[in-house]
Amino acid sequence: MANSISINLISGRTIQQGVAIESGKEKPSYRTACGIIEMDPSDLKKLGAWKNTNVKVTTDYGNVIVKAIEATQGPHPGVAFIPMGPWANSVVSNNTYSTGMPTFKGTPAKVEVAINEPVLLGIELVQRQCGVKVG
Amino acid sequence: MTKTITDVICPFCGTLCDDVEVTVSDDGKKLLEVANACVIGTEKFLHSQSSDRVTKPRLRQEDGSWKEISYEEAADYTAKLLAKAKKPLMYGWSSTNCEAQSVGNEIAEIAKACCDNTAAVCHGTTLIAVQDIGLPSCTLGEVKNRADRVIFWGCNPAHAHPRHMSRYSIFPRGFFTGKGQMSRKLVVVDPRCTDTAKMADVHMQIEQGRDYELLDALRVALKGEWLPDVVAGIPAEKIREVADILKSGRFGIIFFGMGVTQSLSKNHNIDAAIALTKDLNEYTKYSIMPMRGHYNVTGSGEVFAWQFGFPYSVDLTRGFARYNPGDSSSIDLLLRGEVDAMFTIGSDPGAHFPISAVKQIAKVDSVCIDPHLTPTSGVSKLHVPVAFNGVETGGNCYRMDNVPIDCRKVVEPPEGMLTDLDFLTMVCTKLKKLKGVA
Amino acid sequence: MSEFIIKNGHVFDPVQGIKGDKKDICIKDGKIVDKVGSSAKVIDAKDKTVMAGAVEIHAHVAGPKVNLGRIYRPEDKLFSCTPTKGMERMGSGASIPTTFKTGYEYAKMGFAVAMEAAMPPLFSRHVHEEIRDTPIIDEGAFPVFGNNWFVLEYLKNHEIENTAAYCAWLLNVTKGYALKVVNPGGTEAWGWGLNCLTVKDPVPYFDITPAEIVRGLMEANEYLGLPHSVHIHPNNLGNPGCYETTLDTLKLTEGLKAKNKFGREQVLHLTHTQFHSYGGTNWGDFESKAKEVTDYVNKNKTITIDTGNVTLDETTTMTADGPFEHHLTGLNHLKWANVDVELETAAGVVPYIYSPNISVCAIQWAIGLEIPLMMKDPMRCYITTDHPNAGPFTRYPRVYKWLMSEKARKQQIEGFKHKDKVLSQTSIGTLDREISLYELAQMTRAGPAKSLGLAAMCGGLKPGMDADVAIYNINPDKPIANPDDIEKAFSRCAAFIKSGVQVVNNGEIVSNGNKRTLWVNVKAKENPQVARDINEKFVKYYSMTQANYEALGHHFVPNPYAIEVDATQV
Repeated sequence: MANSISINLISGRTIQQGVAIESGKEKPSYRTACGIIEMDPSDLKKLGAWKNTNVKVTTDYGNVIVKAIEATQGPHPGVAFIPMGPWANSVVSNNTYSTGMPTFKGTPAKVEVAINEPVLLGIELVQRQCGVKVG
Repeated sequence: MTKTITDVICPFCGTLCDDVEVTVSDDGKKLLEVANACVIGTEKFLHSQSSDRVTKPRLRQEDGSWKEISYEEAADYTAKLLAKAKKPLMYGWSSTNCEAQSVGNEIAEIAKACCDNTAAVCHGTTLIAVQDIGLPSCTLGEVKNRADRVIFWGCNPAHAHPRHMSRYSIFPRGFFTGKGQMSRKLVVVDPRCTDTAKMADVHMQIEQGRDYELLDALRVALKGEWLPDVVAGIPAEKIREVADILKSGRFGIIFFGMGVTQSLSKNHNIDAAIALTKDLNEYTKYSIMPMRGHYNVTGSGEVFAWQFGFPYSVDLTRGFARYNPGDSSSIDLLLRGEVDAMFTIGSDPGAHFPISAVKQIAKVDSVCIDPHLTPTSGVSKLHVPVAFNGVETGGNCYRMDNVPIDCRKVVEPPEGMLTDLDFLTMVCTKLKKLKGVA
Repeated sequence: MSEFIIKNGHVFDPVQGIKGDKKDICIKDGKIVDKVGSSAKVIDAKDKTVMAGAVEIHAHVAGPKVNLGRIYRPEDKLFSCTPTKGMERMGSGASIPTTFKTGYEYAKMGFAVAMEAAMPPLFSRHVHEEIRDTPIIDEGAFPVFGNNWFVLEYLKNHEIENTAAYCAWLLNVTKGYALKVVNPGGTEAWGWGLNCLTVKDPVPYFDITPAEIVRGLMEANEYLGLPHSVHIHPNNLGNPGCYETTLDTLKLTEGLKAKNKFGREQVLHLTHTQFHSYGGTNWGDFESKAKEVTDYVNKNKTITIDTGNVTLDETTTMTADGPFEHHLTGLNHLKWANVDVELETAAGVVPYIYSPNISVCAIQWAIGLEIPLMMKDPMRCYITTDHPNAGPFTRYPRVYKWLMSEKARKQQIEGFKHKDKVLSQTSIGTLDREISLYELAQMTRAGPAKSLGLAAMCGGLKPGMDADVAIYNINPDKPIANPDDIEKAFSRCAAFIKSGVQVVNNGEIVSNGNKRTLWVNVKAKENPQVARDINEKFVKYYSMTQANYEALGHHFVPNPYAIEVDATQV
């Protein structure tokens, strides 16, 4: 049992993410679909976290609170998956290495339990980080 | 009474299914049912009818609240924003039709803007590789009719292009592939056991980020040369087994996606994949195709190319077209703080760009043209909702294999709402006046 | 509409047999007329040459493979960008110009019409979008038929009526202009990585030969009475010894007569003949067979040709001859792009550098000039570069220079590293003929217009014809001091009027005019069997539905000009 574990973070599409973006990114369904991190059961065990617990993911590029769920397309020990969207993009590497393309797949990340921290809704998450005043 | 419209094109992903059927009310205003589309496409059609839709342009006020304005005022604001800016970025274009993209290009030329599409965060690195090494490819019907070897490398069509396998790549009974799925062998390369990988004859569960090595190893295996015991987490015997499967086919196709375009090595990964395809053409017939994301990102690339000469990341700030990804690409422009005005359309950088780039968008004057509420509209100064392209207005789009299909209008947009094309045309006229251009 | 009078110019019009006489040309309401009123705008063409707008019979300027070339060659844009200026949108691209630049460059050289040489039917919308975005010039596009599954199946049983019905249907739904054939059978074989190199090689599975395909399509073409003939890029392009395949292909015309209401006399148009006139057995003994090919064409009036001149530039090759492009990348190892198109065709793209230091390229250059110099009838031999394959179309004035000045040819030969080989492997050194301005007008205006079935409309200055008039800064009364002056004069016309609107003045664009998309609307007899076959193939084999195939809509063809063909009374 550790306070935090290191994993390799990737992001990408899921069917639920696709449906959610067409339903409306302002809706809770977007958070349900994308405000999550899929972790291999062995990694959850290492972290000492029950599935469906909120966790804080931290990288060199930022941090975000998401709900840790059991990998749906595993096993993939050591690799964790946040569906594409503002939660993933709060932490992925923005380094394009002069190719124009950020490194959405393959960012070293630290995951720690954050049971009492809320997962924000999508638009709110971005507005907060950008310091946008919402009237 | 209702009527059913057939041969409808779904405006979601690069699969661009054109066999969707939509049932609408007789007066053409209500969309009642969608058949044949995948769950995502169905949601797109149905959600267009949602009652909580934003139907008027709105301008963010000092206190953070929105104020409704007219399209006329919105076009004025947009034209002024573009006319004033020294280096505006006009980004997105991937979820709108080619006619709108064309007017957008005209605007960008007059405004001397940087213009870019979602390839910037998707297959931009593919385009760079193609510019280095070329691209042996084919249309999806060729896959349907001839392919007996299908490779999904770094992509997960079960989730991202849900009907791809049933319409083109695995299940169809084509002219020379009468046994359907039984005619084909499927190889999937993915660090996870994805739902696509579960259908594979062989799944190479690669060490994430090591695609370049594995592609290279396959090229070596084809030639029967020495390999180390393990490459990228895959044992040499498996690599040789896959090389034999590939070589023994009579028509193979490699489909690839973000697993190779967005991981480290980026364009070099694609270069290696294309080189593998070229090598395979020494033994049999092979093609390779990128799994394009948005339903008309390909179209945006085509229109940019025939009008400006380059498929994305085009810099028009000097009055002629320049191209240099890493320099003229959206993320880099934003991260270097060079953009002084942001124009977003047919895309959602607020959700899909790294947050550090989004922070830059929030800092400057901005317009977001989108029927949806998104993180981009959430940080933009002006939000202009428009009709859903492919649902409430038609227009030409290009599929992932570059085949053009003309989307249909199936239902009327809400009263008073304009299409992208309408709004862009207004902006263009106003901008021309501001700039004193004929 | 405007009235113009072009005064005092030296007119060269093969349609009326005018060979440089000083004559006034009158224009009213978009047509050439006998006379105009005193308020007509006067354009003084004193000491200048006046010709009808030129007609481009074969160039790759619009469509998926052209754009693939643009996308994958950013380097083609280096040093060739033109900024937004006045009327002109920005442009770029040396061998594959962007669409705006394409229109401007053709117009500045006095071209009125350009035919897109190969349109893959599944992509017809793309071709039409690019045509729409090419300003000023009228354009049409040739859908490709020589590897089409319907055609292969019908012609295997020699079903000409069915083939004709299908061709008529395809021309209509793609808004196409003519029956184009590229590497017949070989490009379908390429679907499996194979090819057909002679007219007798059977196509895998379909078991039909290129000879049967070409002959059958020619018969179908005459059955329908189309404005243009079958337009062919034969098998075996570009290989040493390929002239034999070319002659075998040309011989397929024997016994056929042209049947149409458009004044067309040929049953076959052989395109980029230079690439099909090679002898020898390898690149070492590579030699010209221009004489053998032109001898045959000279004797057979049912054939027209275009040259395909090599201009000695870095350029981009692109063709529906997919296997050829794969072969070419094997030779020069430059990046190769390929697209196989379901049921229909394929395309390949490979950059190429025609260096004057390479003997093969120099010999190709010579062959490209031998052909028009050896052709007796300029009305049956047209000047092209198969743009961009043998060179960019912007080099046409340079080709004219070489044809009109033996001195210019000799200068070029002197500059070749392997001059001796060029002289020994070709007969370019023995040809002293110089093409005259009148012959040039035949080869670039009246001839191609007639071959395309457009003789009543363009290519000449006879009253009633479209008012496409180009004025060049070349004085036929003065001997040419420097051959480069020919190139200069034809690169930028002094003035160009297109459909009665002045579009170019002193080499600058002054109006976008009213470009049209030319297409052939065939009314054919009902054919239920073909209709069923089309329906079946869409359901089973195409990746698009039949209802979504046709390029319908104003946004694709905003200004159509349909040439009506009634094939119901055959």
